[in-house]
Amino acid sequence: MAYVALADREPELSHPHSFITKYIWSQDHKVIAIQYGLTAIAVGVVALILSVMMRLQLGFPDSFSLISPSEYYQFVTMHGMIMVIYLLTALFLGGFGNYLIPLMVGARDMVFPYLNMLSYWVYLLSVIILMASFFVTGGPTGAGWTLYPPQAIMFGTPGVEAGIVLMLASLAVFIVAFTMGGLNYVTTVLQARTHGMTLMRMPLSVWGIFTATVLGLLAFPALLVSAIMMTFDRLLGTSFFMPAIVSMGEQSAYDGGSPILFQHLFWFFGHPEVYIVALPAFGIVSDLLSTHARKNIFGYRMMVWAIVGIGGLSFIVWAHHMYVSGMNPYFGFFFATTTLIIAIPTAIKVYNWVLTLWQGNIHLTVPMLFAIGFIFTFVHGGLTGIFLGNVVVDLPLSDTYFVIAHFHMVMGVSPILVVFGAIYHWYPKMTGRMYNERLGQTHFWMTFLGTYAIYLPMHYLGFLGVPRRYFAYEGIEFIPESAQDLNAAITIAAIFVAFTQIIFFANMIWSLFKGKKAGSNPWGSTSLEWQTPNTPPIHGNWGDELPKVYRWAYDYSVPGAEKDFIPQNTPPSDKAPETNT
Amino acid sequence: MIAVLIFMTAAVAISYWWLWKQKILEQPWLTEGTAVDNRDSTNLAGKSAKSGLFVFLAVVTSIFSLFISAYFMRMNLNDWLPVDEPRLLWGNTGVLALGSIAIHWTARAANNDSIATVRYGLIATGIFTSLFILGQWVAWQELVDQGHYLQSNPAATFFYLFTGLHGIHLLGGLWVWLKTTLKVLAGQNAEQTILSVELCRNYWHYLLVVWLCLFALLLST
Ligand code: HEM
Ligand SMILES: [Cu+2]
Repeated sequence: MAYVALADREPELSHPHSFITKYIWSQDHKVIAIQYGLTAIAVGVVALILSVMMRLQLGFPDSFSLISPSEYYQFVTMHGMIMVIYLLTALFLGGFGNYLIPLMVGARDMVFPYLNMLSYWVYLLSVIILMASFFVTGGPTGAGWTLYPPQAIMFGTPGVEAGIVLMLASLAVFIVAFTMGGLNYVTTVLQARTHGMTLMRMPLSVWGIFTATVLGLLAFPALLVSAIMMTFDRLLGTSFFMPAIVSMGEQSAYDGGSPILFQHLFWFFGHPEVYIVALPAFGIVSDLLSTHARKNIFGYRMMVWAIVGIGGLSFIVWAHHMYVSGMNPYFGFFFATTTLIIAIPTAIKVYNWVLTLWQGNIHLTVPMLFAIGFIFTFVHGGLTGIFLGNVVVDLPLSDTYFVIAHFHMVMGVSPILVVFGAIYHWYPKMTGRMYNERLGQTHFWMTFLGTYAIYLPMHYLGFLGVPRRYFAYEGIEFIPESAQDLNAAITIAAIFVAFTQIIFFANMIWSLFKGKKAGSNPWGSTSLEWQTPNTPPIHGNWGDELPKVYRWAYDYSVPGAEKDFIPQNTPPSDKAPETNT
Repeated sequence: MIAVLIFMTAAVAISYWWLWKQKILEQPWLTEGTAVDNRDSTNLAGKSAKSGLFVFLAVVTSIFSLFISAYFMRMNLNDWLPVDEPRLLWGNTGVLALGSIAIHWTARAANNDSIATVRYGLIATGIFTSLFILGQWVAWQELVDQGHYLQSNPAATFFYLFTGLHGIHLLGGLWVWLKTTLKVLAGQNAEQTILSVELCRNYWHYLLVVWLCLFALLLST
């Protein structure tokens, strides 16, 4: 096993010089991070366009005939899958994980840089396979992002010819890529922390990303296993998930399999996946709030315990997605209980964020706005989650727009707000330049208010019983006419939000060339990534000597200190150290 | 989902225990200076590779325990017809155990700086392991001859799936074994081989345990 020894005490990196080895086949975690990030954002834009197409259909069913019912299913599926896996998972772990972990723990690079590079290229392959499914006979699969059998592989579902096979293959390839990256993130945190960087001195961003990676490593296998078994059923005619079934008037060759088995496997992955996306967001948002409120994070230890506690609990709540599958009521009771228990550490985190802001010296910078916006949307989505966690409430609301509103709030909008906040926050470090403040503020307000305009009304549609995954609602008697007006309004808001993102991209690109020089630590941050000798940091990160860490990452506004922050690598002063509680 | 829940409980318990040992209760805002950190920073590459492998094996265990969970759940449905496992599997098991012993012996030799023994040990490991894989292949043929095809019955499907998956992991191990062996034959000295050989040893032992679990499961049901 010829792993390259890295993150070592001596800077023994190879320093590539040609453009290709520096930016394409790069083993530098920062370049890989940016490759991951750009690819994820590019597919994310595809998913966004798909959602606008769906919204046009839903809002103005008679004016546009851009898509057919089959295409609607296909777009729903691809939109959901891309957003959850290929955008958010890849961006938080492959993007921010890669960029931040080595810098924040004071390492020169990931411990297995070659594997890390491979991880990106395999991820890109999975994206290509996924996108290829748009161009095969029958198009991409329309099975819904949950891919439930039997319909996922039965004739009648769009994309059953090749789309579903490509989807399963792409997921398997993605999991391989994720595992290669994940081994790196975990091992780097375990082994390559610099001197003085104990676990309890790590910034919460690292804690969030680290725990999410562990969850991913343990949970993605469930998706892999179900993908393998479904591929067998589809291609080799086995009957893991497929019951005896009549298709197109004929008895199919399948016999005796269990669709519920798939649901268990899928959600055993699916629920932790929510936290794979949420925990990095939790961590990052804690750091943004603390930095921009110039205050130490409230209850650091509780924040850490909550992260690892949520990580453990997230494996015993999966069946709250299956209340409608006809399960034993005692199971329903059990899973409702665990679901409510997991709300406790989550609520603690929310209180701590708010208490961090309390009496802070709040700078309403763009990252801070996004972080505060996150608190709103997350509380909102979290509260509806508590409702849905109860069996009796979930049964009538299941598969309605209430569910759509809930999960978009909690795992769509909230993490995306953190992604934006994080991009604005670390942009000066990644590029050496400052973004345009005015455009950033505009982007925040339009996105934040716009997404509320999209999702708040959906709760009411859900109460009316408007079902999700429907192409059109004509002739459904219990849905009043006025629901259509609401749908039209939602669509207008969605288009507005989609176009708002142009401001973001314009700002990022423009500032790359024309932005003010940022300096190495524009926010006055304590954590190590802001203390690099070069900005943007060069290959190897730290010059000749690794930084030494003397304190935790939250020494803001320490009484008696000369500045309002003390970087982690500042040695203790001679006088008796002041403590700030 | 019993099997995977047992595994998850173990994984979570080990993680929490480890975190506990890492002083997760300490109040980081009260401690300044570097004295709090008493990790030893020698041989980082070796330690990273070993903990990387450990984490990887946790992933693989997750995969196997999920398949086993699926096995138990599928088994309870009424179209399940148990398969008679070929007697040959007993022999294969013995051969795989010999492979594990050989690699263990090799690792010990590498640490004792006797490169000649390392060479023999590696070759023996390769032979036993390849024999095992060959044996599994023959066992598959026997099943096919008895009329148990992949899709004929869920029990047979799982048999192929388990053995195939385990075999693929061994093949992956053999790839690393091949690279190591080629380097040794090209004249590497014993010290340089320690890390690779020890990683192989851990992996082989792990796969032996997995096989014993799978075999016991197949026999008992
Ligand atoms: C402006 C942004 C977005 C808009 C306008 C939007 C719109 C939609 C629409 C119209 C649907 C289909 C509803 C249905 O017919 O059932 C949908 C489904 C979905 N969306 Fe979004 N979405 C957005 C962002 C996101 C994000 C960021 C995520 C990330 C988690 C996400 C995840 C999902 C999922 C998982 C589904 C379910 C797919 C399925 O039913 O199989 N969406 N979205
Ligand atoms: Cu869930």
